[in-house]
Amino acid sequence: MTDDVNSGRRRLLTTVTTGVGLAGATALAVPLVASMKPSARAVAAGAPVEVDIEDLAPGKMKVVEWRGKPVWILRRDEQTLADLEEIVGDLSDPDSEVIEQQPAYAQNRHRSIRPDVLVVLGVCTHLGCAPTKEFEKGASTGLGDDWMGGFFCPCHGSKFDLSGRVYKNVPAPTNLVVPPHSYVTENRILIGVDETEATG
Amino acid sequence: MSLINWIDDRFPLTKVWNEHLAQYYAPKNFNFWYYFGGLAVVVLVLQIVTGIILTMHYKPDAELAFASVEYIMRDVPAGWFVRYLHGVGASMFFLVVYLHMFRGLMYGSYRNPRELIWILGMVIYVALMAEAFFGYLLPWGNMSYWGAQVIISLFGAIPVIGEPLAEWIRGDFVVSDATLNRFFAFHVILLPLLLALLVYLHIVALHKVGSNNPDGIDIKKNKDKDGVPVDGIPFHPYYTVKDTFGIAVFMTIFLGIVFFVPELGGWFLEKDNFAPADILQTPPDIVPLWYLTPYYSILRAVTFEWLPGGAKVWGVIAMGAAIVMFFFLPWLDRAKVRSIRYRGWMYKTALTIFAVTFVMLGYLGTKNPGHIDLFLFENVIWAQIGMLLYFAFFLLMPIYTTWDRTKPEPDRVG
Repeated sequence: MTDDVNSGRRRLLTTVTTGVGLAGATALAVPLVASMKPSARAVAAGAPVEVDIEDLAPGKMKVVEWRGKPVWILRRDEQTLADLEEIVGDLSDPDSEVIEQQPAYAQNRHRSIRPDVLVVLGVCTHLGCAPTKEFEKGASTGLGDDWMGGFFCPCHGSKFDLSGRVYKNVPAPTNLVVPPHSYVTENRILIGVDETEATG
Repeated sequence: MSLINWIDDRFPLTKVWNEHLAQYYAPKNFNFWYYFGGLAVVVLVLQIVTGIILTMHYKPDAELAFASVEYIMRDVPAGWFVRYLHGVGASMFFLVVYLHMFRGLMYGSYRNPRELIWILGMVIYVALMAEAFFGYLLPWGNMSYWGAQVIISLFGAIPVIGEPLAEWIRGDFVVSDATLNRFFAFHVILLPLLLALLVYLHIVALHKVGSNNPDGIDIKKNKDKDGVPVDGIPFHPYYTVKDTFGIAVFMTIFLGIVFFVPELGGWFLEKDNFAPADILQTPPDIVPLWYLTPYYSILRAVTFEWLPGGAKVWGVIAMGAAIVMFFFLPWLDRAKVRSIRYRGWMYKTALTIFAVTFVMLGYLGTKNPGHIDLFLFENVIWAQIGMLLYFAFFLLMPIYTTWDRTKPEPDRVG
């Protein structure tokens, strides 16, 4: 019996059988793994959201939900925009050089399409907490005498200015994300759809 | 007896009974620290039983989950009792597992030939952390929600594949109903099956080589003419009876907590979890429960922006490394003896510092990093000191266990 064994043939058959088995297991794993990705319904729920900002006064903020995340829409006055220029030295990326954090049309001094209206995701870039608004200036906020107003993340102490730009020496590595958005009319913002026109 | 004979011809009942209980010889000098392995099994069974009952009333749906937990607490007969057993049980599970692990560190139970027992035990520990994490999302309270948000975001710190991976885990762009539903599946099916299998393997490996003991010496070196270790006693009835006593004391404490302080002042059940999940409102301090806070402390202690890639990803790496360290313990320890009883001052000092550090990191993990809750320094500075000591315990171990002057081990257990 053992004399008849063709060990080369046996090794080949074992290898081929193992190979086919592994290929089958891998092929089976693909749909199983894929089934855990966001479902068609979850993707559809990421539809754009339209917001009316006509009633948004300077210094006020609106929060809307887009893809289950809070989107902040903040109107800033001239004074605020001027103040933002003063704190550039305290920021870690004042010129929005990390390109993933905003669309190209928001990569400017005020990180927005219209200088006065900021649109950012209210999700801390550290570990996804929701920062709180700290618009008051000065020491009364507990954020230091030179605090110019902005956002503070209570989880791990990250600080952002009123353009969503991150301060130096805080846990959050990058500026807040500006979601894709565009203006349907002068006072209606569509969140989730990119601005296609060339903007300054 | 004929029934037993009938079964024995078809299933190794008597054989297994003898090999693992009636004629399984364990060292006769087990002390207090040897209660916790058995207690961990007791808690595991309790968690499974209470978990099955909770599953009968709980709804894994973002719209219904929070209310269904309230329904269990108010309307289900004895529902409050079952839920508190399960919630307190989770913390008690970690308590006995930490004491069980500390026993291993004291008596060198991870040393040759018990490396695999130790590694399997560590895999159980990691699986248990996953089980606790998945379970904590289920009540859909605000801390559940934001805790899951933060921990899943950790995966997002991995370069390139991070964000798609986090999305795959959540099944959505944010923690949502899809996430809750799958965490329920992991919590009630995947992890319990895995834990049961791992506990089985842990015990198979243990019974292959036999238990260590507080003297850290091998009882199989001294056997009588029947091949029975002279310093061994049959597990049943000796240790089954001893363990039953231990279980009675343990259950008294356990039920005392369940009946009188089931939330233990926020340590076993956080206050922020009494409000339903709110995606627009982060709790003021997002902290995991106490059993995960030592690692959370290490995660937050890495604030060094000058590191390549930034502090965030290194924090995640440090946290992972802190757990991985334990796996290498059998090879980091170079001492000639196993038990702390015969070790020199260096290991005794190192283990004491490590234990204090672990507790300190755990405490700091529940506090705001910017505040001063110990003394002199901000919490984050203490956490950084703690992180340094934590890693030093492991990484310097080959050196100090080689230098340490050990005492000679006795031939027989005392």
